[in-house]
Amino acid sequence: MTDATAAQQFIEAIPHSKALGMTLEEIGEGRAVISMPYDTRFIGDPATGVIAGGAVSALMDTCCGAAVMTFPGARGTATLDLRIDYMRAAKPGQRIIARAECFHATRTVAFVKATAHDEDEGLPVATASGAFTMESVIRPADTKTGTKKEGAQ
Amino acid sequence: MSRPRPEPVQVVKERRDRALKTLVGGIPYVQWLGIQFDRRGDELTATLPFDEKLIGNPFLPAIHGGVTSAFLEITAMIELSWSMLWEDMEKGALDPQSVDDAHLPRLPKTIDFTVDYLRSGLPRDAYARARVNRSGRRYASVHVEAWQDNRTRLFAQATGHFLIPSRDKTA
Repeated sequence: MTDATAAQQFIEAIPHSKALGMTLEEIGEGRAVISMPYDTRFIGDPATGVIAGGAVSALMDTCCGAAVMTFPGARGTATLDLRIDYMRAAKPGQRIIARAECFHATRTVAFVKATAHDEDEGLPVATASGAFTMESVIRPADTKTGTKKEGAQ
Repeated sequence: MSRPRPEPVQVVKERRDRALKTLVGGIPYVQWLGIQFDRRGDELTATLPFDEKLIGNPFLPAIHGGVTSAFLEITAMIELSWSMLWEDMEKGALDPQSVDDAHLPRLPKTIDFTVDYLRSGLPRDAYARARVNRSGRRYASVHVEAWQDNRTRLFAQATGHFLIPSRDKTA
């Protein structure tokens, strides 16, 4: 619960998500649902009025990150890798909803899948799959390993 | 047999710059993010000037991963469009005068895009360059790299596949 509230506050404090008009619809237990309204400023193809792929990937990235944040034991996260497949053009004028699920996490890495739909709930506009860093709550067992090697600075 | 006199350099430059400006300026999302393109011959470098609205993590602070992804995707897509436009323009197949807001070349469609985040994006300007590794009749594969202060220390890279618009129509 506190995780979900913290995640909600965290997401709503992200300037870029705010700038894109994202709204957190649902969150908790490694899942997140975030929507983004249609906005002519985010058009990627002036000939068709379709939203830019980049705006959809920003939505997917935020949603995947939110899902990781609420995975039990998670504290913070950053994207390592994100792949997006664009199935079809989003309908101009319709909002886009992303749903992400963190389906597995180790102490260091979280794996996430996401889909994005417009108002047509059939074929997704895009799907995403990614790996995220996992900053988990430090357990006593972890602190014992004293020979911690960090990468070059 | 005499070669026609080469065009004055200003005429050539102006033509190329105008075509690039029309291509980039016509995309609202590129304008909203504030991305600019520098041209040296056919080589393009994209710049993403830092802005508060690009922040993804206000505590670090760091650029939003989605901004990085969008920046890379736009750079890849413009590079691909530009390389096609350039070819047509240089061959004389396309009259650059005919390229205006109402007659833009059709843009490639992204099929997939994979971003590799190497470092967090710092709150300062970012640069990117793309390379078309393969461009066929229908599909293209483009690789793109982004850095900030140091060209050799990339903060992100990506590879994407694009569907090339059919060439018979430019509008």
